Amino acid sequence: MTAAEKLNWEVVCRRDDLVAQSGVCARVGEAQVALFYLPGEEQQVYALNNRDPIGGANVLSRGIVGDVGGRLVVASPLYKQHFDLNTGECLEESGVSVEAYKVRIEGDTVLIRN
Amino acid sequence: MESKRVVVVGNGMVGHHFVETLVGKSAGAHITVIGEEPRPAYDRVHLSDVFAGRAPEELAMADRDTYKEWGVDAHFGDPVVKIERNKKEVVTQLGRRFAYDKLVLATGSYPFVPPVPGHENKRCLTYRTIDDLGEIKARAKDSRVGVVVGGGLLGLECANALQNLGLETHVVEFAPGLMGVQLDEGGSRMLRRKVEALGVSVHTGKNTQNIGKGDSCALKMEFADGSELETDMVVFSAGIRPRDNLAREFELAVGERGGIVVDANLLTTDSNIYCIGESALYDGRIYGLVAPGYRMAEAAAAQIAGEEARFTGADMSTKLKLLGVDVGSIGDAHGRTAGSISFVFSDEREDVYKRIVTSGDGKQLLGAVLVGDCSGYDSLLQYHLNAIELPPEPQALIAPAAGEAPVLGAAALPVTATVCSCHNVTKGDIVDAIDAGCCSVGDVKGSTRASSGCGGCAAMLKNLVDDELTSRGVSVDKSICEHFPYTRQELYHLAQVGETRTFDAMLHQHGKGHGCDICKPAIASILASLWNDHVLDTPHIGLQDTNDTFMANMQKDGTYSIVPRVAGGEITPEKLIAIGQVAQKYDLYTKITGGQRVDLFGARLEQLPPIWQELIDAGFETGHAYGKALRTVKSCVGNSWCRFGVQDSVGMAIRIEDRYKGLRAPHKLKSAVSGCTRECAEAQSKDFGVIATEHGWNLYVCGNGGMKPRHADLFATDLDDQTLISYIDRFLMFYIRTADRLQRTSTWMDNLEGGIDYLREVVIEDSLGLAAELEAQMTSIVGTYQCEWKTTLRDPDKLKRFRAFVNSDETDNGVVFVKEREQIRPARAEERLRLVASSK
Ligand code: SRM
Ligand SMILES: Cc1cc2nc3c(=O)[nH]c(=O)nc-3n(C[C@H](O)[C@H](O)[C@H](O)COP(=O)(O)OP(=O)(O)OC[C@H]3O[C@@H](n4cnc5c(N)ncnc54)[C@H](O)[C@@H]3O)c2cc1C
Ligand code: SF4
Ligand code: FES
Repeated sequence: MTAAEKLNWEVVCRRDDLVAQSGVCARVGEAQVALFYLPGEEQQVYALNNRDPIGGANVLSRGIVGDVGGRLVVASPLYKQHFDLNTGECLEESGVSVEAYKVRIEGDTVLIRN
Repeated sequence: MESKRVVVVGNGMVGHHFVETLVGKSAGAHITVIGEEPRPAYDRVHLSDVFAGRAPEELAMADRDTYKEWGVDAHFGDPVVKIERNKKEVVTQLGRRFAYDKLVLATGSYPFVPPVPGHENKRCLTYRTIDDLGEIKARAKDSRVGVVVGGGLLGLECANALQNLGLETHVVEFAPGLMGVQLDEGGSRMLRRKVEALGVSVHTGKNTQNIGKGDSCALKMEFADGSELETDMVVFSAGIRPRDNLAREFELAVGERGGIVVDANLLTTDSNIYCIGESALYDGRIYGLVAPGYRMAEAAAAQIAGEEARFTGADMSTKLKLLGVDVGSIGDAHGRTAGSISFVFSDEREDVYKRIVTSGDGKQLLGAVLVGDCSGYDSLLQYHLNAIELPPEPQALIAPAAGEAPVLGAAALPVTATVCSCHNVTKGDIVDAIDAGCCSVGDVKGSTRASSGCGGCAAMLKNLVDDELTSRGVSVDKSICEHFPYTRQELYHLAQVGETRTFDAMLHQHGKGHGCDICKPAIASILASLWNDHVLDTPHIGLQDTNDTFMANMQKDGTYSIVPRVAGGEITPEKLIAIGQVAQKYDLYTKITGGQRVDLFGARLEQLPPIWQELIDAGFETGHAYGKALRTVKSCVGNSWCRFGVQDSVGMAIRIEDRYKGLRAPHKLKSAVSGCTRECAEAQSKDFGVIATEHGWNLYVCGNGGMKPRHADLFATDLDDQTLISYIDRFLMFYIRTADRLQRTSTWMDNLEGGIDYLREVVIEDSLGLAAELEAQMTSIVGTYQCEWKTTLRDPDKLKRFRAFVNSDETDNGVVFVKEREQIRPARAEERLRLVASSK
């Protein structure tokens, strides 16, 4: 990784702050970002904006994670729509999506691409 | 050969069915359709769905493109006004001419409006077309009261519509009863009771003489008996009249009371002109239903295509839901056949009326009337249509001993039995479809069209398809989700037998993928019922719905509500004050729930632990309002205070609530204990309810409020305290073991083979030899109870999750409250915008 690329990554929290097979929420600037920790996956951590665009509340980090039709997803705790952890797309309502962020874990640190 | 020119006048349901059938025969005809309404045919039968929110476009049966594809020439919004029989041409209002070799009249009927003075007022409407519907809706906007003239099938449907539109609704009927054509007097009386109970006023025996200006409403109706009724609008639904004007003017025979006379070939008195549907008079009779119209259309199309086909009358049985009331009428509902005999069952407590009319020897079913409960309709209709010999005690078909009623299984039907009368689909057709590869109700529906008309045959169709599939050894997929090919009950056994304690282990041994929001909470619940570990123990963390994860109920804005347990609804002043103080300190919205306790709303995620700490310090425990678990055991005050009470209902309610609190189940569980038969605690609406008697307790099971209320069944009587508890132990554990995910006790029971009798055998007579095991398992759960909040507060690791952000102490700025009636509530979108803007 070049120095310039490194510059774009921001430290969000520590691995310890994450909860395995589940989500937590972090502040990144003004945004609320839901971080999902799936230690069994190669990527280990996924990030979506925390706001459920259908329910209109900041709750996605509190949904259940799993897979549906081969896609990793979180189910909104409000009305149970599924959002793709990689792309932010809503599986039930075409055209609806949330922002998906690039994240990675380095050692003990969780970094997000801003 | 030159292709035959077929012109169809009228593009209603039957006219369209004719076109579709003829096109399907590829007989090389050139078809022209001329419709008066501005749009192609639509499903008139489901017109009322539009009042319940369905879009009118969804009712379309045909569209211009499809007609084009079929090579059908279609013209809308321009009625035929002339038939020039000598030239074999028709002329439309706009002067267009169309030549025919064969002409088909499918002009339907129009609503009859009695010539009462005042009927031309613009507040007097009719109900037959999509356009009518628009006018009714528009008129309802500035009306408070609405009257339907006519208490027949359409009138009551219309009354339902007016009620849906929020009007005070009246039905005015000339005859002495409602639906006099289809129902006998008893059925009609029962229907009236039910309709009135739904808030519709019924006025029978009323002959309207004038409609004038009203005092408190726009209109006043005056009746022959001197009475009056004020209303803002009137919808006439006093019967239909065939649209036979073309026949009258152009000299085709019509009946004395209207209708274009046809023979069994559907031919009018001109051998080049057919008539089908509601405008046709066959054998002195108009068929005002869509299924007979379809049969006429099919017969006429077949003849034009050069096939043999005749119409020889049709069955007029119907099953409907009017204003939510089930009504069924079969064959000779009035018992007018000479020598016939009747069996009648009437239950004025449950408001059910049933009558069957049989031949004198009781062997053939001639007719039936069902009001309030149509569950027997399908079987009865099959007996009637297929002349199947009745069982020796035909009254059993309508007697209330539901479990024993000899239901006519799909297997008992002859292959010629009509299952779907709308589309004339027989059992044989369905069996053929399955032989040809259909393997679900959906497939069969697509291929035979069964059940795509009025929908009345859906239950019968499902039975038949399931039955046929099972008999072919095809298993019906009952997997809980894509990750586990098992039912909840099977998963329960797998976990129990394998002593599996975590979701990961279950997934590894029996499933695939990662799991999802269906299997995770279901398995978490099974594991909790079996092993009762803390819901926030590490292996269970990601499994729970958010409510369980944070042990509180999420509200629409992402905040939570808090419900401390108040067993039996009994609470000391000190504890009430403590709740009040906590609510005051954290500014929580406070409400008494329907379950005899107090709910505190508007707590942020990070506030949950400190709030619970204070509640626990004041002696409270979690109320499990968030879990699929025991909720409340309501009580009445009982014999300690009440002059009628015969047992200590509060004491028993507290004992029960303390015993089963925290018990995880397939769905939530509710209970109540009443101190006497007056039943102030509403125990009969609960999953298990207890009512005191002079000698002990009566136990009721499988009641439900909520979406589909069901009264609990009396399960056992005069039990002593200990027996009561052991029966409840067994009952609950058996439910937990065998029910489906999110299936409450009421639906579980409805699906349990053998029903309540079987349940009694298992629980009381111990027919499965399980009683001791069920009780032991319950004892173990009771013994491992912990207040989840108390444990959580002692564990810093578990508390870590109760933070808005892992990297900041800020709170969620998306949560914004406003005050209403001195308490907070979430700001609505527009309020929030205003508040956020003004704070910047
Ligand atoms: C708070 C309360 C309403 C109130 O202000 O009074 C309430 C509130 C909710 N009810 Fe209820 N129900 C409440 C009494 C009832 C009752 C009355 C009773 O228990 O005597 C019923 C009908 C009785 C019954 O259940 O048979 C009732 C039938 C339902 C149903 C429909 C259940 C059904 O079988 O059809 C649901 C939906 C569900 O569970 O799937 C539901 C679901 C809910 C949920 C959990 C919906 C949700 O997921 O957000 C509500 C949130 C509670 C919260 O945030 O704390 N609630 N709910 C009552 C809490 C009682 C308590 O102290 O625990
Ligand atoms: C609200 C409501 C609920 C109903 N519920 C049920 C039910 O549950 N079950 C059931 O079996 N039946 C029900 N019916 C009855 C069912 O809709 C009719 O039996 C069926 O529509 C008859 O079809 P049809 O084609 O003969 O007549 P229609 O559907 O009335 O069609 C006739 C068409 O011909 C047109 N037309 C008339 N004259 C001319 C002309 N000169 N030139 C061109 N076009 C012309 C008309 O405008 C109309 O579009 C219900 C009817 C209504 C109104
Ligand atoms: S149920 Fe009986 S004991 Fe209980 S309050 Fe009512 S009347 Fe009194
Ligand atoms: S009977 Fe009407 S859809 Fe089958």
